[in-house]
Amino acid sequence: MKRSIYVNTNGRLSRKDNTIYLESETYGKKPIPVNNIQEIFLFGEVDLNTKAINFLAQNNITLHVFNYYGYYTGSFYPREHLPSGFLLVKQVEKYKDNEERLKVAKEFINSASHNILKNVKYYSNRKEGLDEYVKKIEAERENIKDVKNINELMGIEGRIRNIYYSAFEIIIDGKYDFKNRTMNPPDNPINAMISFGNSMMYSSVLSEIYNTQLNPTISYLHEPGERRFSLSLDISEIFKPIIIDRIIFTLINQRMIREEHFDQDLSMCYLNDKGRLIFEKEFDEKLKTIIKHPKLNKSVSYKRLIRLECYKLIKHIIDEEEYEGLKMWW
Amino acid sequence: MDLITGTEINYYFVCKHKLWLFTHGINMEHNSDYVDIGKSLHENSFQREDKEILLDGRVKIDFIKNQLEIHETKKSKAIEEATKYQVLYYIYYLKMKGVDKVTGVIHYMDNHSKEEISLSEENENEIKEIIEEIYKIKLMNKPPTKVQSKICTKCSYYELCFS
Repeated sequence: MKRSIYVNTNGRLSRKDNTIYLESETYGKKPIPVNNIQEIFLFGEVDLNTKAINFLAQNNITLHVFNYYGYYTGSFYPREHLPSGFLLVKQVEKYKDNEERLKVAKEFINSASHNILKNVKYYSNRKEGLDEYVKKIEAERENIKDVKNINELMGIEGRIRNIYYSAFEIIIDGKYDFKNRTMNPPDNPINAMISFGNSMMYSSVLSEIYNTQLNPTISYLHEPGERRFSLSLDISEIFKPIIIDRIIFTLINQRMIREEHFDQDLSMCYLNDKGRLIFEKEFDEKLKTIIKHPKLNKSVSYKRLIRLECYKLIKHIIDEEEYEGLKMWW
Repeated sequence: MDLITGTEINYYFVCKHKLWLFTHGINMEHNSDYVDIGKSLHENSFQREDKEILLDGRVKIDFIKNQLEIHETKKSKAIEEATKYQVLYYIYYLKMKGVDKVTGVIHYMDNHSKEEISLSEENENEIKEIIEEIYKIKLMNKPPTKVQSKICTKCSYYELCFS
């Protein structure tokens, strides 16, 4: 399994012979072993030249760039090395057929909400007062199968998220005020972590998509190509509760993240350098977590599960097997 | 129709499901350690020979010796039959291009053995039939049903097939 590298310092990426070096004041000149790396997340201010970019591309390494606030800026990824015109045509066909599109979109929400419910249930064994949220989410989930269009489906998704977010206060023992999800900019620590985590999730999913023949702009739940690689948003829905939300709960409940890890004033709040480092470390460890896969009969990492999700979509698109989204079985 | 490649002949014997996916651009080879091993074996063995002779942009022969001897390097005998027909196809292909009396040598690197082969009339008819079958598979709208076997776990398509 190839690794991800997170660069938080300022410095310079350069190629020397057959390796990439990261030069920074804090750590000096450190080699990055290209054979072992799938992607690099750049959070610091980093200079690089075309020599370095060409070499990264040769080694199929994706570079994700984030701005000062940890917002995703974009990715540099190697020229498509795996094109399948056939799959692209089929992927588009599945989008253009309303019924087919809805089928896949429903399965994204069905799986995402299953995983959300799993989180709430996990904490309802430990904390009082979550049962009513479980019931409400279960009731909303019942409606998924009957929706007639994407708008209705988005409505259900929105309601499930609202119920879920209102359960957060209990899950984190009221350690932070968290009433509503606000983005652009996030206004409190929870929103700051959700925003940052979702960016990480989104770019990790995108890396996995790039390793398949799927086209990241053609999606089913979100509208295709609306500014973003929307297939990445679709697949992220399934993994956000499993990866990002669990990280947030752990970081807060185990007091690993505290007020001092955020930069905030009245209207905005972001993770600061230290806070981001803590989050990234937890994120990296989460993706490396290994579980036994019942169908493959071997152990796979959470990160691998993202790739497998892409594979299942491919099988659906070529009409081999109906897509069934990942529902936490552990 | 496109010219059939040696890889396609090989996959025809290994797995028709894999053949269909491969011919539809769904390529998994970049994920496989076994493929990396094969590549490295290929690069590091027979270094004195001129390697990778590409004919008509599609048919890639490992190396040629004594003018009429084509050589193929493989890691093991695990898919012996597939390898054999891959080389038989190269011989057949050259014959169709007017190059007669070509023979083949397959080098199995893990036990340093080699196998010499030549094309019989019977083989020739088989190859013709196989080519027809491959065209049929390429034209299918959906992949043929997969058959699970013990070689699947070592295949670069394993996670795609069984996830």
